[in-house]
Amino acid sequence: MRVDMQTLYLVVPLAPLLGAIVAGLFGKLVGRTGAHVAAIGGVTASFLASVLVFQDVLAGHTFNGTVYTWMTLGDLRFEVGFLVDALTAMMMLVVTFVSLMVHVYTIGYMHDDPGYQRFFSYISLFTFSMLMLVMSNNFLQLFFGWEAVGLVSYLLIGFWYTKESAIYANLKAFLVNRVGDFGFILGIGLVLAHFGSLDYATVFAKAPSLADDTIALWPGASWGLMTVIGILLFIGAMGKSAQFPLHVWLPDSMEGPTPISALIHAATMVTAGIFMVARMSPLYELSDAALSFIMVIGAITALFMGFLGMVQNDIKRVVAYSTLSQLGYMTVALGASAYSVAVFHLMTHAFFKALLFLAAGSVIIAMHHNQDIRYMGGLKKYMPITWITSLIGSLALIGTPFLSGFYSKESIIEAAKVSHLPGAGFAYFAVLAGVFVTAFYSFRMYFLVFHGKERFRQGHAHGNEPDTGHAGPHGHGHVETPHETPWVVTGPLLALALPSLAIGYMTIEPMLFGDFFGSAIYVADRHPAMHELDQEFHGAMEMGLHALTTLPFWLAAAGVGLSAFFYLKRPDIPAALAQRLGFVYRMLVNKYWFDELYSWMFAKGARLLGGTLWRRGDQNVIDGFFVNGSAHVVERFSRLVKAFQSGYIYHYAFAMLIGVFALVTWFARLN
Amino acid sequence: MFGQSILSLVIWVPILAGVIVLATGSDRNAALARWLALAGATLGLAVAIPLATGFDTGTSAMQFVEKAAWIPAFNIHYHLGADGISMPLILLNSFVTLLVVIAGWQVIQDKVAQYMAAFLIMSGLINGVFAALDGILFYVFFEGMLIPLYLIVGVWGGPNRVYAAFKFFLYTLLGSLLMLVSMIYLYFQSGGSFDIQTWHGTPLGMTAQTLMFFSFLLAFGVKVPMWPVHTWLPDAHVEAPTGGSVVLAAITLKVGAYGFLRFILPILPDASHELAWLVIALSLIAVVYIGLVALVQADMKKLIAYSSIAHMGFVTLGFFMFNPLGAEGGLVQMVSHGFVSAALFLCIGVMYDRLHSRQIKDYGGLVNKMPVFAAFFMLFAMANAGLPATSGFVGEFMVVMAAIPVDFWYAFIAATSLITGAAYTLWMYKRVVFGAVANPHVEEMSDINAREILLLGTLAVCVLAMGLYPKPLTDVMHASVVNLLAHVAQSKLP
Repeated sequence: MRVDMQTLYLVVPLAPLLGAIVAGLFGKLVGRTGAHVAAIGGVTASFLASVLVFQDVLAGHTFNGTVYTWMTLGDLRFEVGFLVDALTAMMMLVVTFVSLMVHVYTIGYMHDDPGYQRFFSYISLFTFSMLMLVMSNNFLQLFFGWEAVGLVSYLLIGFWYTKESAIYANLKAFLVNRVGDFGFILGIGLVLAHFGSLDYATVFAKAPSLADDTIALWPGASWGLMTVIGILLFIGAMGKSAQFPLHVWLPDSMEGPTPISALIHAATMVTAGIFMVARMSPLYELSDAALSFIMVIGAITALFMGFLGMVQNDIKRVVAYSTLSQLGYMTVALGASAYSVAVFHLMTHAFFKALLFLAAGSVIIAMHHNQDIRYMGGLKKYMPITWITSLIGSLALIGTPFLSGFYSKESIIEAAKVSHLPGAGFAYFAVLAGVFVTAFYSFRMYFLVFHGKERFRQGHAHGNEPDTGHAGPHGHGHVETPHETPWVVTGPLLALALPSLAIGYMTIEPMLFGDFFGSAIYVADRHPAMHELDQEFHGAMEMGLHALTTLPFWLAAAGVGLSAFFYLKRPDIPAALAQRLGFVYRMLVNKYWFDELYSWMFAKGARLLGGTLWRRGDQNVIDGFFVNGSAHVVERFSRLVKAFQSGYIYHYAFAMLIGVFALVTWFARLN
Repeated sequence: MFGQSILSLVIWVPILAGVIVLATGSDRNAALARWLALAGATLGLAVAIPLATGFDTGTSAMQFVEKAAWIPAFNIHYHLGADGISMPLILLNSFVTLLVVIAGWQVIQDKVAQYMAAFLIMSGLINGVFAALDGILFYVFFEGMLIPLYLIVGVWGGPNRVYAAFKFFLYTLLGSLLMLVSMIYLYFQSGGSFDIQTWHGTPLGMTAQTLMFFSFLLAFGVKVPMWPVHTWLPDAHVEAPTGGSVVLAAITLKVGAYGFLRFILPILPDASHELAWLVIALSLIAVVYIGLVALVQADMKKLIAYSSIAHMGFVTLGFFMFNPLGAEGGLVQMVSHGFVSAALFLCIGVMYDRLHSRQIKDYGGLVNKMPVFAAFFMLFAMANAGLPATSGFVGEFMVVMAAIPVDFWYAFIAATSLITGAAYTLWMYKRVVFGAVANPHVEEMSDINAREILLLGTLAVCVLAMGLYPKPLTDVMHASVVNLLAHVAQSKLP
């Protein structure tokens, strides 16, 4: 029986890999249908296997073992292996389910694209990489998966490789992620240096004995080892999960096709950082400083990225900023030691955010790839399924009681409230204010797209707001009467709407207050969040009813109300506000000028420095002074050689070499 | 019957094959020369295979040893042997030679026999460098291999080839002469022996060690090349034909790094410890400074040449961490760089053969016309950027891991290559491969043919296999490296 489970563990990642290989290397041979059958078949097998694994884990069976040994150096072993516990099993289910939905959706969305097979190959490869990441039982394989999802993200953002903005965005995404990975690998290095192993179980078991160790990063400065490790690893998470100040790549990643925005840049890959910190809870629990750092970074991201969503006009970018903000929420929960809450929000968010992205994609199809919400409106009656599912997704996102997002977000707010760490006050304020902001931008988009006047016949003229819209490769279409999209698109929307509605209600009790996670997540006694949450929790129904009397609910309602007033009744007010608050508005539209700052400081700075070192260092000093100190000698020599270039100088050279050998040998023998 | 002389075969089969190819004479017999060269290179690789299959990973002693008196008057021997450090390099060299012969198949139309012969003879001489256990024998091979290389650059090279070849010559000559002086000194100190393994046990005073350290450092540092004696490499690459660049990057640079392990560390352990800071500093400068310089290169070959220097910085850094992870990391990086740089230079060659330019600005949108090539190029670019599951990751990872316990900041500086390496490689890739078709010349480019797929495909398999399963390679090295480090840990001060 256990042997069968191990085969199943292998099936989970390898089935999508097989699909990717078939669709990628034999795409021409198997054709479009063959490619999507192979890819979807692989992911379906993976999903079904994940369900079985999940059931097995629920029955109390966990697994921690090696698949193969990557490298050994004496006693040091680097391995590829799986750790299958409740945390892994839950991630496997989320990843394979969302991936399956996105695979099906892709049939419709990429229908006319010449890169159809390639796309399927990439998203299956992504599924494989993500599964290797979550199933890992050691830091090395974690890093493998970590970089592999980054690679596929790079390939997919630049999927439309002739589009200049896309190939700029994918390079930017890869490099910003590499900044995070830079911290990540140093963190891994410290783990190896101090624990002598990269195996989770070994490291976690040894962690308490090293809790008070310090390292001197520079003379006189002694840092807690766990703090340094925690922060370095978290820098990796900041890259992957797009936390301030490494958030800049995620909005630009929207240049990729919409299905991958849903799968990679909302539901799964960007949550890898959250997953990683939750997985490392036995380490993070040993450093309040690292947790505090995490909480503040998360709070900044949650609030300030939410602000940016309020002024975006590109439908995908609104959802992207919403994703940034929600990732910030998860990060705050991590900082408050509410790891299970963070993972819980990760799960609910995966469903409703994938839903929102795919719905946005459905709208984009209907709008012939015009993504500017100022040229939409009134789509409700043309696209009933897209409309209702979008509404469900938006309501779930803003935390409407009883919907999935409510349970997870409310728990995060509570966790931030009870945390005693430095920065917790700010974090609490940020996540609370963020509720209003989230409601405002979500329903601004919702109203502009589905309600109000039909503006899609106007074509794409420039409005009074700066144009931040980016069109797909198909250019802007002129839409007469929009249609609902085909079933391969709407089917996944409906399938994702169900968990967006109900998963929170159904699972909050076992996931947060039951022993679902068991030993997978560790919380120290001195961190009160989970304990306090447990005290106040009296069932999911009670929690939903109680919400009507709490501040977050009314903040969300105010956000929805204000956006309805602004965008349905008085569209002149936001325009007037934008003019009156010119600086604030420009700051938001320009995303706090981070792109400009980074491009000036790093992109230009590095090239300037490189150019200077090359011309001054290599050419002037080394070559100019030392090497060509005898420049004329070189010139004379070259004249000499030119004169010799009658033909077969190399013959002589070889002969000479052999001759020298022979002569020396012979001469020596004589002696 | 040749069981006792595998290393001799590995050296002399390619050289003999080279001489036979040379005998075919002028270009009227070009086809014959090509086939003979292919047969010679294949045979050269075939005779090297027993080194891997018959290798005993359990011992650090020299294997496949051959020893015969050569110049008894000076106690000079024809003494060969291979251990876990040199064996992988011999295999790599024999393998790359075969690739180079195939790569030059259609491209070289001028003096074909001489071209092929030069590579075959060089291959044998380089195997000699790795196998030699006698100082003078080493020196002869070490100098001898430069002659064919010098000719490859000087004859089949670009318009500025003479300057490049001369610069190369000047640099290497300087170091070599000092090395010879050191060897003669060692001969007297060791009581009249040129045996390298004897030198490993010869007691030496600190002054002598320090002086010799600098002379060997110059000799081998130029070859690696280490900053600041690196400026010959970009010029040599730019002027060299594709095959020349491949051998230069994949093999010749390794000779320098090999010298550190065979000479500097075991013969001069005290000076090595004392002056480790210097090598570490030069290595880290190579990683950072050269990484930035690579970023601004407009010529693809120069860019990859600079990238090679930065990658070799990891090798020397790893050696001077004085722990198994670092030393083996450096060795793994050498082998990996052999595959990756060879592949990248072949990729540039593929483009150059079609468009006759190496300038990044002359390209753009290649993927539209050459999708298969673009996929290979992407793999190798990612390997160059150190992506896990490619060979490029393994060595860099090991060296960074090895540096952390020595000094966190060494690792910190070295790890910046994660960012710079990705920046210069992928930025080049973006400008060359992605985008819309940039100009009518690109529009006419055709995708790679079967021969090119064979070349790049073989290297792709190597890059991935080594990235996914480096264990066989580190298993081969481990015993020898541990023995070497034990040796280095012992003071030799009298």
